[in-house]
Amino acid sequence: MNAHAIDASAAAVLNTAALDLHIEGVNLSYGSNHVLKNVNLDIKPGEFFAFLGPSGCGKTTLLRLIAGFNTPDTGRVVVGGRDISNLPPWKRDVGLVFQSYALWPHMTVARNVAFGLEERGVKRGEIQRRVAAALEIVGLGHLAERRPSQLSGGQQQRVALARTVVIEPKVLLLDEPLSNLDAKMRVQVRRELRDLQQRLGLTTIFVTHDQEEANTVCDRIAVMNEGVVQQVGTPVELYERPANLFVATFLGTANVLEGKVTGTGAARQFETLGGLRLPIAAGAEVPADARLVFRPQVARLAREKPAGACAFEGAISRREFLGSVIRFGIEVGGQEITVDEVFQPGLRAPYEIGDRVWVDIPVASALWLGPGTA
Amino acid sequence: MSLAFTQAPARRWRLPGTPGQIALALGLTAFLLAFLLVPVGSVIYVAFTEKGSGGFTLINFVDFFRTDLFMRSFWNSFYVSAMTVGLASLFALPLAYITTRFEFRGALIIQTLGFVPLIMPPFVGAVAMQLLFGRNGSVNLLLNEYFGFRIPFMEGLNGVIFVQAIHYFPFILINLSAALRNIDRSMEEAAQNLGSSGIRMFRRIVLPLAMPGYVAGASLVFVKVFDDLATPLLLNVKDMLAPQAYLRVTSIGITDPMGYVIAVVLIVVSVFAMWVSALALRGRDYATTQRGGGGLAKRRMRPWEQVVAYGVVGLILALVLAPHLGLLLLSFATIWSFSPLPDGFTLAHYSRVFGESSVYIKNTLIYASIAGGIDVVVGTAIAYLVLRTKLIGRHWLDWAATAALAVPGVVLGIGYLRTFYDIRLPDGTPLATLWIVLVIALAIRRLPYALRACYAALQQISVSLEEAAENLGATKSRTVRRVVVPLMTGGILAGFVTSFATAAVELSATLMLVQSNADAPLAYGLYVFMQSAAGRGPGAALGVIAVLLVAACTLISHYIIDRNQKTTGAAR
Ligand SMILES: Nc1ncnc2c1ncn2[C@@H]1O[C@H](COP(=O)(O)OP(=O)(O)O)[C@@H](O)[C@H]1O
Ligand SMILES: [Mg+2]
Repeated sequence: MNAHAIDASAAAVLNTAALDLHIEGVNLSYGSNHVLKNVNLDIKPGEFFAFLGPSGCGKTTLLRLIAGFNTPDTGRVVVGGRDISNLPPWKRDVGLVFQSYALWPHMTVARNVAFGLEERGVKRGEIQRRVAAALEIVGLGHLAERRPSQLSGGQQQRVALARTVVIEPKVLLLDEPLSNLDAKMRVQVRRELRDLQQRLGLTTIFVTHDQEEANTVCDRIAVMNEGVVQQVGTPVELYERPANLFVATFLGTANVLEGKVTGTGAARQFETLGGLRLPIAAGAEVPADARLVFRPQVARLAREKPAGACAFEGAISRREFLGSVIRFGIEVGGQEITVDEVFQPGLRAPYEIGDRVWVDIPVASALWLGPGTA
Repeated sequence: MSLAFTQAPARRWRLPGTPGQIALALGLTAFLLAFLLVPVGSVIYVAFTEKGSGGFTLINFVDFFRTDLFMRSFWNSFYVSAMTVGLASLFALPLAYITTRFEFRGALIIQTLGFVPLIMPPFVGAVAMQLLFGRNGSVNLLLNEYFGFRIPFMEGLNGVIFVQAIHYFPFILINLSAALRNIDRSMEEAAQNLGSSGIRMFRRIVLPLAMPGYVAGASLVFVKVFDDLATPLLLNVKDMLAPQAYLRVTSIGITDPMGYVIAVVLIVVSVFAMWVSALALRGRDYATTQRGGGGLAKRRMRPWEQVVAYGVVGLILALVLAPHLGLLLLSFATIWSFSPLPDGFTLAHYSRVFGESSVYIKNTLIYASIAGGIDVVVGTAIAYLVLRTKLIGRHWLDWAATAALAVPGVVLGIGYLRTFYDIRLPDGTPLATLWIVLVIALAIRRLPYALRACYAALQQISVSLEEAAENLGATKSRTVRRVVVPLMTGGILAGFVTSFATAAVELSATLMLVQSNADAPLAYGLYVFMQSAAGRGPGAALGVIAVLLVAACTLISHYIIDRNQKTTGAAR
């Protein structure tokens, strides 16, 4: 860990608890714009949970709804068994770290952090103790008397975090906490966030549009699109068993083959738009509008026709060096299929653009997915 | 404007700029020296010089502080300025707060009406205010008839405070509203999230964040009131500093050192007030609006709150719009005294004004156009030199031009008389009596504002647009002509119109420099009319014309800025 590693004894000063959070049947519209559509989520005590989705899908709206800044048309929010839907923001004890940090420029760092405790009528000595501990936790004890404008972006973010956790909130809400940091800081801060969350044991919701961020720090993720929760699961579950095309393509790269099912029983086949015919396993359930979806690393390339039945010949049209793998695009049957080959240092890239190769499509392990709610 | 740049040939040790740029900088330096620094410097010099011997002395200042009249004048000026700030804040605070903080129907109208007092010179409003709020004005006549008492709104210093507060409160309103609007919603929400709400949150978060904007507006009002000459004179209040300076110079003559001492005191107080405001603003760049922001969260009012809010807003607007109404009535009135409303109405004043006083209007149009023209040419040139060249000392041009802010009109007038009276034309007339000198004084007074407008216009133009032109083969001068100036047009025009409008009604310097009625502008004519009871009718008519002129200019300038923002915004 780095110099800002979390101080365990300081974390012990804060008396945080892990509560569960339930969002039940939430709908919200801005005028005719239906932004949140029947959102139901159950977040476990102490869980690091992510709202993941493209920008404009309603993540911030949902987060602000939990904090009390948006009122749902229907539905409720329950924290630790208590319905907080009708409480004003200042009575909710739900700590929100703003995307812009929202540090008050007319107060020093220490005053910013002390604010919530002062509002709660905590005694002065206790305020000092807790402010010091909170700043210690985020590694900014030495900057207590600075003004926010004299801090770097990363430091400002730590102050915002300290200001929120110092009130010992019931849950911690983070709105795109890494979006205002540069790429290197992002990796460092997201580890620190995870570390802090583990020490405090706080139920935490992390909003992001970056699947890598969500995957690396969160226990579970709710993938959202256009105000609808598409799927909830651990990062591995979402990657391995995406519920629909949106989830499959939003989390990592996926090949999507469109087409239609022909034949019945054992003779069932999937005929792609480009004319490729793929056998369908006997037990597989294939919905009417399904597409065949598989990841680039499960397909294989070969110079000679592989023994398996489901291989097609095509020409290499694209080659991208990504470090650990080389990503090839192969023109097959009027469409491009992406295949990753592990890069072996020392070896030359096995295929050149224009080479004729065989693509082995893993039909048995591939998924049949509908387009998803949109 | 002569922005003739030539391509600098490649040499081993090069000039810091092209010859054209250097010539331009020298020309600007000469202009500022001759018409700002030397006149003001001579005022300061005389104040510290012993009469007769010419040696350095502080005796003039000792005299100043020993003279009861001057000390009383000083404290009166101070008292009036401070009270004006207080009263103006009382008008501005509710309007700013209600319109930015609540969902309030008519917020836009209120903000617009809030500007209206600015388009009437305060000394014009003063006469109308006498008729409405004076001892025998409409309000007091009615009060006396129904309740048996009067309120001394307009007695002595009260009158000056009342008139000035109504005229200058928009400065506080504008700054405070902008400050409130610039507070990002998340500032408030973060406080609520941490458990704060209501008045407490307002006091701890919103108010401190709006404070710099308020201080900026308040100090501006303080300075303006402290320097103002015409309003106290018109209300017959003589024991204030600016009127004293004027009276010394006009009655005793330009060799009397006291006028100069007072001028120095005026400058010192101006500089001091600006310094205080700069101090208050330092390190408080509280522009907290972030992406997705949009000012304070607006709250819906409860019914009883609405009643109170509309009541307060209505009362304040009635007060601040009263001078306009009074002036309009007066300009059509046959006789209006000792009665709540005029006895009858007539168009005679207007026909008289258009008949014999049209020379004032003509002079004003000429003077204000030339002054505005000088301002934008000098402003554009300075902005260009500062932002786009590396000439040594280019910032001094900016600072010198901006320093005019701290020079009261009466001080500039005294300085011009001192400096240019002894310079004679071949036929023996002193230079100071030429109307063009008055025009230059007006231009210098407005230069800081025009400069900021040009500066902002140029700053918005990305350097890469110019580099693209040069890359495609345009020389520096052709780039300026074909890319820079067209893109700046909106800003330059807005600067011109603002300078024009404010120069048209400026009186402080004008009073000192106008020598004959034939050369006088509208503001001077107004002043002359308003001093006699018989002249009040035509004076009011002239005042209405002045207000309409300034209002039209303000609208035009808003329109230009608005359109300019749209077109450049679309191009971006
Ligand atoms: N205050 C608002 N008024 C009207 N529409 C809004 C408001 N806030 C957000 N929206 C709309 O709601 C949708 C979701 O916004 P948001 O929750 O901010 O998305 P995200 O945080 O996922 O990027 C967007 O279409 C946005 O335009
Ligand atoms: Mg968002």
